Parts: sequence; C-alpha cells; structure tokens
Amino acid sequence: MSTFLQSRWGVLTGFAVGAVLLLVLAPTGLSVFNLALLGKFICFAIVAVGIGLAWGRGGMLTLGQGVFFGLGAYIMAMHLKLADAFLFGGSGVPDFMSLYGSGEVPGWWEPFRSPVVTLIAVVLVPGLVALVLGLAVFKRRVKGAYFAILSQALAAAFAVFLIGQQATTGGSNGLSGFRSFFGFDLKDPSNKLMLYSIAAVVLLLAVGTSRQLMNSRFGELLIAVRDQEERVRFLGYDPATIKTVAYVIAAVMAGIAGALFVPIVGIISPADVGVIPSIAFLIGVAIGGRATLLGPVLGALSVAIAQASLSSTFPSFWVYFQGLLFVLVIGFMPGGLASLPGLVSRLRRHRAEQHPTEQRKTEPAPPRPILAPESAPPATATEVPEEASR
Amino acid sequence: MRVSVTTRALIPLAAAAMVTALTGCGSQISDPASANSTASGGSSCVDTSGSSVKVGFINSLSGTMAISENTVFDSLSLAAEEINAAGGVMGKQLQVISEDGASEPTKFAERAGKLIQQDCTAAVFGGWTSSSRKAMLPVFEANDALLFYPVQYEGLEASKNIFYTGATTNQQIIPALDYLAEQGTKSIFLVGSDYVFPRTANKIIQAYAAAHGMEVLGEEYAPLGSTEFSTIVNKVRDSKADAVFNTLNGDSNVAFFRQYKSVGLTAASMPVVSVSIAEEEVPGVGLENVEGQLTAWDYYQTLDTPANKKFVAAFKAKFGAERVTSDPMEAAYTSLYLWKAMVEKAGSFEVDKVQAAAGGVSFEAPEGTVTVDGENNHITKTPRIGKINSEGLIETVWSSPAAVEPDPFLASYDWAKDLGK
Repeated sequence: MSTFLQSRWGVLTGFAVGAVLLLVLAPTGLSVFNLALLGKFICFAIVAVGIGLAWGRGGMLTLGQGVFFGLGAYIMAMHLKLADAFLFGGSGVPDFMSLYGSGEVPGWWEPFRSPVVTLIAVVLVPGLVALVLGLAVFKRRVKGAYFAILSQALAAAFAVFLIGQQATTGGSNGLSGFRSFFGFDLKDPSNKLMLYSIAAVVLLLAVGTSRQLMNSRFGELLIAVRDQEERVRFLGYDPATIKTVAYVIAAVMAGIAGALFVPIVGIISPADVGVIPSIAFLIGVAIGGRATLLGPVLGALSVAIAQASLSSTFPSFWVYFQGLLFVLVIGFMPGGLASLPGLVSRLRRHRAEQHPTEQRKTEPAPPRPILAPESAPPATATEVPEEASR
Repeated sequence: MRVSVTTRALIPLAAAAMVTALTGCGSQISDPASANSTASGGSSCVDTSGSSVKVGFINSLSGTMAISENTVFDSLSLAAEEINAAGGVMGKQLQVISEDGASEPTKFAERAGKLIQQDCTAAVFGGWTSSSRKAMLPVFEANDALLFYPVQYEGLEASKNIFYTGATTNQQIIPALDYLAEQGTKSIFLVGSDYVFPRTANKIIQAYAAAHGMEVLGEEYAPLGSTEFSTIVNKVRDSKADAVFNTLNGDSNVAFFRQYKSVGLTAASMPVVSVSIAEEEVPGVGLENVEGQLTAWDYYQTLDTPANKKFVAAFKAKFGAERVTSDPMEAAYTSLYLWKAMVEKAGSFEVDKVQAAAGGVSFEAPEGTVTVDGENNHITKTPRIGKINSEGLIETVWSSPAAVEPDPFLASYDWAKDLGK
C-alpha cells in the first residue's frame, strides 16, 4: 500500500482523488456558508504546506508565518479597497481613510490600484522579505530556538506596526467590507464558488510543488541540512542557500494564502497575522505530521474544522483541548498523527513475530521515504535544544 | 528523470482543475452606476411559521474580551428569559443561538455569517470592541440582516443594518467635557490605549478644547494591554493639569491607577474621568486605586428608577447577589426589548419592515425612557457623570437635564465641523 502511494501512479491517483473531493464533492455537498468556511481552512492548509517544507523537512521552526500571510493579505486587501472606492465611491479614497485619516490615499498604496501589480506583489513581496531575512539569518548560522524566537518577534512587531497605523492600515479594525474582486461581485454565490475553487486549485498546486521538491535532489539536501547541517557544509554545499530557498517557498505559499483569505473571509486584521495565529498555523502541521507531504494539509484542515464545530459548543474549552493535543503530539508522537498507522503496524508485526531480533531484520528500509510516516524526525526535543546550544 | 515525468503529468491535471475553477464565474461589476443598485444578497431564510423565532447572541466567550462580554451575554439572556416568560415576541418564543466571537474580529465576521445564513436568525445582538463591529458591519449589510450593538463607541457610523444602543460621542464624551468645564477645569491631560476609540475620542476632545478655551497639556497612548505607565504618569504629574481624561481599556487601567496613586496623585488633587471603567471593572482595577474618581456613562446600578430596581433585582436573582450591573449590560438588555417593540410595531419579523418601523419606538429602560432615532438608528440617552464610592458602586454626581438626541457625526456642533471629513 505505502509503496503504491509512493509510486508515480499512486501520486497521480492521490492528486486526482484530492481534486475530485475538493472541486466536485465539496461544492455540491456543502451550503454557501460552509463552502466559504472550507475555503478559509484551505487558505490555512496552503500555509501549512509551506511550513511542512520549511519546518518538517528543513528543520526551521517558523513561528512567524503570520508576517508573510499578512503581507499577501494586506496587499490584496489594499487593492480591493482601492478598487471598491473607485467602483462605488467615485472619489477613489477608501471609506476608513476619510473617517480616521487625512482623506488622501498615501503614496505607498498607489501601486496597488493596478490588479497586475497587486498579483505580482502578492508573490514577490513575501518572497523578497523572506529572501533578505533568510540570507541575513542563515548566513550567520542562526538556527534552532534562536531562529524560532526571531521569527516570532517579527510577527509580534508586524502586528504592533499595523495597529499603530490607524489612518493607513485600518489599525486594530483591519481592512474589511470588500464588495468586488477584480470586478466580480462578491455577494454573488457563483463568484464565491469561483473563489473557493481557486483556493482549492492553489492548494493542489502547492501540494504538487511540495511533492516534487521533496522528491528532488533539493529535497534530499534539505533533509540532510535538517539532520546534520555541518556535514552538508563539509560536503561542499551551502546550507544557508538551501534553507533560504525552502524558507522563501514557504513564505510565498503563505503570501498567496493570505491573498486568497481576504476575498473569501472578507476581512484581514492584525489579530490574523500576529503571534497567536502564527502559532496556530503550526499546531495543525505538528498534529498532522510535519515531515510528511499530506500530514500538514490534513492536520491544518482537521484542526480548523474541529475548532469551528467545537468552539461554539465549548468556547473556552477548545483552547485547552488544542493545547493538550499539541503537548501530547509533541511529547508522545513527534511524527504527528501521520505516524499512527506506522506505529500500529509495527506494533502488530512485533506481536505476531514475538521475536524482536527478527522483526528488525524484516523491517523494510525505504530508500526514498516520502509518504512513509517513518520518515518523521525522531523528536523535537533532540532537535531544537541541540542546535540551539551550538 | 522520474521526477520530470511526474511533473509533466501533473501540469495537465492542474490545468484541468483550473478550468473547472473558472467555470464558476458569476456576475461582474462593469458599470459603476448600476453597481450601487445591485440587489442585496441572499434572500432571508428566517422561519417564522412555527411557535418560536430564532435570535442570535454573539459575544466573546473566550479570549481577552471574555471577562467583559460574558456580562453582556448574561444580561441578554436575562432579557430573553423575561420576554419568553411574558409570552414572547408576537406570540413566538425566542430561541437563542449563541456564538463565540473569541475576541477576534475575523471570528466575529465568520460567526455573524453563520448566525444569518446558517441559523437564519431574525436579529443578532452583541459585539463589544469597535473592531468587532467594523468586522461584522459588511456581513450584516451584504446579507441585509440586523445587528443590535450595545456598547458606547466612537461615533462616525450609521448603518441601516445596525442599531446602536450604547452611547455615541455626544452622549458620553462631550457631556463629560461639559461637566469638566462647568467645574472650572482649564487644562486636561489625555491618556488612552492605542486603538480607534481613544484616538477618535481624543480628536474630538482636542477640537472641543480648542473651541472652549481649555488647554490640552498632553496626549499619550499605551499599546492595548500595556502595564508600564511610569513614564506617562510622570508626564501627567509634571503637567499639573486640572484633570485627566482616561480612555484606557482593560488591564492597562490597573497599572495606570496603581502608578497614578504611587506618585501621590489623588482624586482630590487631579481627578481622572474614565469612559471605560464601569461597576464590573472596579474590583479588577482595585477599589483602593479608583475610589473617588469620576466616570462618564448613561447608566449606573445605583440609578433610582422603577425599571432599574426591577432589572437589578432580576439580574441578582438569576446570577447571584454579588453580581453588579453596568452600562453595556443595561444597553444590551434594552436592545432586546427595543427589537421586540420594533417587531410588534411593524407586525412582522422582516428586516425592511422592522427598519421602517424603528423610528420613534421607545422603551422604559433602566436608564430612563429611550427612543430610537429613525435617521441614524441610535437611541436617545441621558448622560451622567458618576463618582466611584466606597462600595465600588458608582453614584451619579451630575446628570444631563434631559435625554440627549444621538448625533454620531456631531453635525450639530459647530466646532466639530472639521472632524470626520
């Protein structure tokens, strides 16, 4: 079974099943409201794919993906605000600016009037920020807990900055009240379906990209850097470049997810980009299984669905439950839920054979452990402090 | 080699998926002129055929705002229980559906959507922070539904889909300034949390001060949740202002008042007028830190009206004798009764009929008689300045001679002409 999943045809079949589930079954089976909700979760799942690559494969504990998510989201939100102001207001000045600001559009908003510039910026801005940051950090060999703290501080600073700019970013209110999306009426249910479908396709593309990267020489190098950075350096590769590439890809995925989040959800505020959402992105990835291809996606989706359905019934209970789940997974199942089938089958084989020595002999050692849950790293406990102490 | 084959196979699949995605395109906005007349979104799914009707409560039951918003949820629940016991609205029992806003604007927008589209509620009650209201506003407008918002706020808003039962600026901030001026205050110092309400409030205060010969000696902001006030408090002391106008929110008040006291400032030497400290917050801030300080609201638990005595007694009977009632709680309680009165006047639960009937609807609220202004969907209120007494309750020391008409855009004040333009 697992060998089939790893084969080329297995991958294509999996891809096709995912496409049918997301693009055919979900739109026919779900109400307009639930479909929009699923669209929002898909945005989180796209971020999760990037985190799976950077953290699961590259060992970079990115506690600040909210920054890139926020950059993409705010760029898209600025464009939608300007487009709405032009379509509906006539004056071309977004409503909140005339209420709380000078009533004039600041210069740095102007480029985002153009849809083309906006679409390019959604990809380029998070990518460039991650590139500069990645080079600055990884070239200096900052890693482990130090990198995690740095990325988290960045997310906190970003949110504080946004809150302070009441007149130009909407402050703590954020940007909301979008009525059109590149000329399409956002109230129309068929346009909502279109937006959802775009998000679903982007998720499939992200998973496809991630799969190809994981399977390539680059993917092997990334794992090597995660497990033994010094050895990779001795072999003549520059770990900083490898890490930066993975970090940039994760940032671009987060940026695109943010840009899709805005028209689907209808609001972006500093509360969606700060420290807490950045950590929330991570929880789904960890629970699902960060080193696997589908673990982050399924983890992010199921955590989001569970939260939506449980949090209204038990409002304050959910936070504790999520925390407990996180602790349990990190403590006892570092490979995430994706490692569960592997654990179970190993246990079963163990019982059946009664001979632990023989069991070790028969254990298959897959050369390219891509979907195999066994490829999960042993534990964060051995990973982070060790690197941090260097 | 193997990789590239798979890549080649993935591309057509992805392309096919993209085409599927784009087939779902709907109406496009091409002509700006006709765009404004676009019919409002999905028709209402409210079911009024049975013996009950659904209403939604949306409050932060978790997160940083939970401590405040739970009290609003409690008083809404009390109002719903009372209305049901008295026969419901137009003979229909209220079926309450409660959602958690989790102190996040995005969550408020999402859950409001659920209450309207999924649960088909006839009206929704709740919200506290300005950001939660701003997040919900487009949702209510797009779905043409009704929200009743029960908290004092910064004004400059009048949506036909929101009824504002808390005070707008001319029912809280301006009366507080009038009171200070009456007391001979010549100079003030402004302290606030860094978000939209304090910033807008202070913009109004600056304009008022300039027009009334009052001097503003400083305007300082602390990030929401900040507990470091020694610099600000020292500036306040050195300014020797006659009074301080405090728009801090939440926990920051604890640190502010503690440090205020520690540098030797008192209610007698330099009074502080607060607009976000109500009965509910006094124990949290510490009675010893705020006793004798001033507050500006439209309702206090100590008000001597028959409706208030009934409200306080009913609340304590339901939730415990140690509980207190505050202005936002009273405004929430009132909002449910106002909706009931509007529905009964309209003879219908339909949104457009309720909106049409709203103007002039009044209710004998605990704070006194309130009347809905059909123009801006706010209500008349009686501003009151209170002093925190030794029991932690607030006693009225000054009250506006008559109820004040709501004026969210301050159109009737000459000195406010340049604001909110």
